[in-house]
Amino acid sequence: MIKLDKVSKKFGTGEFGLYDVSISVDKGEFVFLVGSTGAGKTTIFRLLIRDILPTQGSITVNEWDVVNLPKDKISHLRKKVGVVFQDLKLLVDRTIFENVMLPLEVSGTNSEEARKMVDDILEHVGLKEHKDKFPVQLSGGELQRAAIARALVLSPDILLADEPTGNLDAATSWEIVKLLSEINKKGTTVVMATHNVDIVKSLGKRVVHIEKGKIIKAEKEKTEKEDKKK
Amino acid sequence: MNSAKTAWKNIRRSPYQALAAILIMTLTFLVVSFFTFLVVGSSKIINYFESKPQVTAFFKNDSKQSDINSLQNTLSATGKIASIKFVSKDDALKIYREQNKDDPLLLDLVTADVLPSSFEISTYKIEDLASVSNALQKSSIVSDVIYQKDVVSTLTSWTGAMRKLGIALVILLSLVSVFIMVTIIGIKISQRKEDIEIMRLIGATSWYIRWPFILEGVFYGIVGALVGWVISTLSLLYATPFLESFLKGIPVLPASAGDLAILLGAEIFLAIILGVISSFLAVFRYLK
Repeated sequence: MIKLDKVSKKFGTGEFGLYDVSISVDKGEFVFLVGSTGAGKTTIFRLLIRDILPTQGSITVNEWDVVNLPKDKISHLRKKVGVVFQDLKLLVDRTIFENVMLPLEVSGTNSEEARKMVDDILEHVGLKEHKDKFPVQLSGGELQRAAIARALVLSPDILLADEPTGNLDAATSWEIVKLLSEINKKGTTVVMATHNVDIVKSLGKRVVHIEKGKIIKAEKEKTEKEDKKK
Repeated sequence: MNSAKTAWKNIRRSPYQALAAILIMTLTFLVVSFFTFLVVGSSKIINYFESKPQVTAFFKNDSKQSDINSLQNTLSATGKIASIKFVSKDDALKIYREQNKDDPLLLDLVTADVLPSSFEISTYKIEDLASVSNALQKSSIVSDVIYQKDVVSTLTSWTGAMRKLGIALVILLSLVSVFIMVTIIGIKISQRKEDIEIMRLIGATSWYIRWPFILEGVFYGIVGALVGWVISTLSLLYATPFLESFLKGIPVLPASAGDLAILLGAEIFLAIILGVISSFLAVFRYLK
């Protein structure tokens, strides 16, 4: 489903954001991407939706060769990979409803059908009563849910969540993580970047640990699988 | 449909920029219309004169009727003359009165004595006008010959000059409006940079992002062309009575509704082209 093979990313400053990183995530998996700030978690996400190109290595998402993807196919890729951005990237001059509607507008879904889909997803994330509010009127946890709703509204195969609990209190963080694991149970592959150790430990999912652009540890489960392949 | 909605929203949200874009387009199409009126009008005037190959010879006040008759016979004998008409002083006064019937002041000043009698001569061929007018000029009773080939050639050279000036001005204004529109649409793209970035990240195609801006440019063009056409057509209609009396019976005005509609169609076509060119330049310059 997702495969990074010996990927390096050298930035314009000459520093390596990632160095020789190989990760693979199977369909329907829930994977934590753990590491301190600046470790390269966001860089991996940006590479996966081809916001940036790697300096070396190959990336496969959903059978797509991301590095050599023709320009006109990038939008297809991004519709299949929902992203909850670290800074959310909600449009401040649109209501929550309109923000969540945006991916449907972009993909040309007919508007009546789209409205119903948005209502459903807002209900699912518990924001139905806030749908006509603007982002400034919502709390951090609610904004996070709105961003998740927007990432999910096109029913993507993969959901990338970049520190979705970054500046939330413990209780709200748990609600978000619960929401993400529900989504995962329904079949969406979820990759969540975080540095919240409590959440990672208690959920018991596979953890990829990355520091300074290098993989420190990719959990046992993974190694077992690879052994089997050999 | 969605692109049109987004374009409309972008236009409403920055009314001053929209106004600037529409005004420059209006100016361009005002000039296009006015020069079209001038060029079409003057070529109609030329056609009118060309369709009437005429020489007018005015007689001296003291010329005798017998001399006039013998001149008429001499000219008719050449076989080049299609018609020859004697206009007496009284006839001339009638014509003058008819032409200036709305202006009593002019009527009071003129009597039949002041006006010369004349021949109005038309030839079968326009080329023969020259030799006929030469013959007339040699005659001792003729004071003046108006030979309309002069009028035609003067008009033709004026029209030619006007056409060149018009084309130059229209090209210049089109360039100015394209550059202003590129700047305005460029500003709008910069203002919405964050939105555009977000839309790209959630899977918008480049064309999904470009279309509203292109429609916006087309909108400015069409509105500018419409406003320019309406203003110029209204001023033409307003000036028609005055121009008609100025042109004294040369059938140029009123302009037909069909011609005006063709002009509107052509202007809208040009407006769409200008709008699309501007938007494309802006989109490819600012939306990489």
